[in-house]
Amino acid sequence: MTPPAVLSVENLKKSFGPLKAVDGVSFTVSAGEIVGLLGPNGAGKTTTISMVLGILEPSAGRIAIEGIDLRADRSAALARTNFAAVYAPLPGNLTVEQNLRVFAKIYDIAGVEARIGELLATYDLKKYRNTKAGVLSSGEQTRLALAKAMLNRPRLLLLDEPTASIDPSAARDIRAGVAGLVESGHCGVLWTSHNMFEVEAVCDRVLFLSRGRIVLEGDPKRLPGEHGVETLDDLFVTVANEALAAGGRP
Amino acid sequence: MNRSRVAAIVLRILYLYRGSPQRVFPIFVWVAVDILMWGFLTRYLNSVSQGPVNFVPALLGAVLLWDFLTRVMQGVTMAFFEDVWSRNFLNLFATPLTIAEYLAGLVITAIGSSLLSLVAMVVFARVAFGLSFLTYGLALAPFVAVLFVTGIAMGVAAAGIVLRLGPASEWLIWPIPMIVSPFAGVFYPIAVLPGWMQAIAALLPPSYVFEGMRAVVSGEPAPWGRLVVGAGLALLYLLLACVYFASVHKTALRTGLIARYSAETVS
Repeated sequence: MTPPAVLSVENLKKSFGPLKAVDGVSFTVSAGEIVGLLGPNGAGKTTTISMVLGILEPSAGRIAIEGIDLRADRSAALARTNFAAVYAPLPGNLTVEQNLRVFAKIYDIAGVEARIGELLATYDLKKYRNTKAGVLSSGEQTRLALAKAMLNRPRLLLLDEPTASIDPSAARDIRAGVAGLVESGHCGVLWTSHNMFEVEAVCDRVLFLSRGRIVLEGDPKRLPGEHGVETLDDLFVTVANEALAAGGRP
Repeated sequence: MNRSRVAAIVLRILYLYRGSPQRVFPIFVWVAVDILMWGFLTRYLNSVSQGPVNFVPALLGAVLLWDFLTRVMQGVTMAFFEDVWSRNFLNLFATPLTIAEYLAGLVITAIGSSLLSLVAMVVFARVAFGLSFLTYGLALAPFVAVLFVTGIAMGVAAAGIVLRLGPASEWLIWPIPMIVSPFAGVFYPIAVLPGWMQAIAALLPPSYVFEGMRAVVSGEPAPWGRLVVGAGLALLYLLLACVYFASVHKTALRTGLIARYSAETVS
């Protein structure tokens, strides 16, 4: 039996004037699944994620989170979602604990003390509990963003280049942590990254975006062979070059 | 409206104020400076004036109430600017938080900070210059309420302007009270203004408040009918400001402004 989709995107489109940033994208993410959203810069990955997060209105199409239409009931849909992105650090003028408390209130979390304590331990942030987020290192800020992203035990987790600014050891821990969470079957993850090694290691399925369209989809371990290249990295470069040759934004 | 989400916005500002004396400082210090400067000026005017006018309630009282309106407006805008400066919109608006809840949080923080300012001003004016608002009793409450609603409306509209035009436009916001004050008749009767300024004054709720306060201070009956007009205008402006902010937010969702909010990207 197919697990229920935590995210369902149907014929999603977004235009900025004449530019079609996202052009008829459809996909699902199921509980217990990590889906990689790949593509060269300007392919439409962050635009797609922004629409799923409700901070960018689609020109057309439908987004449903656990069957709840985002447009019809934004608050209910986003209560089941959370995200971490390298370009969205938490306010640096609040401490680690204060940030978590504020977002715990936004998500109306029950048992805040216990939940925050649990997350501080999981993401090795206990010693920074009273440290301002702004003075944390990139890796520590990423761990804080992930702790925030887990506060509401989201059914859909969006991770936009979550390991972009951290060292390989910390990145490995984060990948293992997210994979462990997903294995429990509680949530589904939409993961963007330019690190093809990482994508191959964590993603069950990948979607290649180019010029706002999904041009490839499949198992990251088998896709390269199916397209006559050795690695996912090679496949990425091929897709990016094809986009360039077609005259689109790379 | 979810109370926990409104409380989150208030809690964020409480944390900022608790850990930052430089944020608390202006609440007390600027108002104290205003009261001192205008207090001594009114004392001087009383000493050189032979007439029956007591400048302390007429001018110092007006300064105090105008400062209150300014503090209310800044209570809203400063709480909003904290999110602008920390680039927090993406984190906030990618959550279940609604615009109504966000604005409610800003308004509650403004109530807190402006009440602190008001208490500080009243106590300081009483201790240093003998100005007692208690003489007027509850009659003062409707005047303060109209100024409060006006300040909230100005703050919400200002936040909408900054959301629409970008962080750099905050420099347009700070002078707004200064620009409004000549038309509001804070220190003089509206009747001394030229016709075109009187026409603008008639659209400003504070002008009804200060005209009314002058009447009360000079022992005349409070012009309640006029104050009702001022209150109606203030509520209308509050409604318009909220509609404007919501419409700017809707535009920001359509254009992607929220996702890439910074001085460089907004046009």
